[in-house]
Amino acid sequence: MLKGLIGKKVGMTQIFDDDGLAVPVTLIEAGPCYVTQLRLPEQDGYSAVQLGFGEVKPKRLTGGQLGHLKRSSIPPLRYLREFREKDPEVKEGDKVTVDVFVPGDFVDVIGTSKGKGFAGAVKRYGFRGGPKTHGQSDRLRAPGSRGAGTTPGRVYKGAKGPGHMGNHRVTIQNLKVVLVDAERNLIGVRGAVPGAKGGLLMIKEVRKQ
Amino acid sequence: MNEIIKSVESPVNPNIPALRSGDMVRVFIRIKEGTHERTQEFKGTLIRIRKSGNDGNFTVRRIASNGIGVERTFLLRSPRLEKVIVDRHSRVRRSRLYFLRDRTGKSARLKQKF
Repeated sequence: MLKGLIGKKVGMTQIFDDDGLAVPVTLIEAGPCYVTQLRLPEQDGYSAVQLGFGEVKPKRLTGGQLGHLKRSSIPPLRYLREFREKDPEVKEGDKVTVDVFVPGDFVDVIGTSKGKGFAGAVKRYGFRGGPKTHGQSDRLRAPGSRGAGTTPGRVYKGAKGPGHMGNHRVTIQNLKVVLVDAERNLIGVRGAVPGAKGGLLMIKEVRKQ
Repeated sequence: MNEIIKSVESPVNPNIPALRSGDMVRVFIRIKEGTHERTQEFKGTLIRIRKSGNDGNFTVRRIASNGIGVERTFLLRSPRLEKVIVDRHSRVRRSRLYFLRDRTGKSARLKQKF
């Protein structure tokens, strides 16, 4: 069965469990999602479900996007994402809401991490930098040597160094669902989730457990 | 704060009065020991309070035996917190009374506010 949702990060708080322990929780406003298309092995070479989320005014979408949604009379949606699923048990136009998950389930959450811009090697890869004392200047956050000498005479591609950090796709695995509110389309998972508040998230059933 | 976040947080405990730094307080906490529950009292000076939804907490400092200072932090909305009784208020000029940590005996007293 399809177990996947698209949502928006609301923010973090902590709630108390039955033992009175404080549990860190990220709230996600997820769904209602609509099945906008089914990917079939015969037709596409793989099977997946395309879900749509985030109702918008029709004029915010292009004609092509509207036409794609119109096929199964789905309201205009801003975001479309695919979920790989061999046996989805849904059809086009179906509504998917938070009640596909129940408290106690484990999920993977995919989001886009916060962009950090062009970051140095200390921040980006946890390099230790140089010494602060003993006659050093300008070496405190330097990456150090980047490669060998005459052989190979260059820095190998993919070597760790300064560069753009953040703003890429991140998956957090095995987050426990602690709260599901079908009325408000709200789901709460234990722990942190990538991205800023308001960021788009994909919630999937766990892959490894 | 965000309304959705507020809505999942616990309600305010009616047995906790308005607290301020410098208050002499008695805190009653429920403690689970195996199967049965009992209430424990912790009495001391409130040296810090942070009110922020479910994360809100306060720290109580007391001088235990041998003059050793003991500080304990409680979550304001915790269901384990039974009640808090304020015995007296003190006249203090700052909200974080960390200076009490360096003082003992007579100099660690606070003036009472009526």
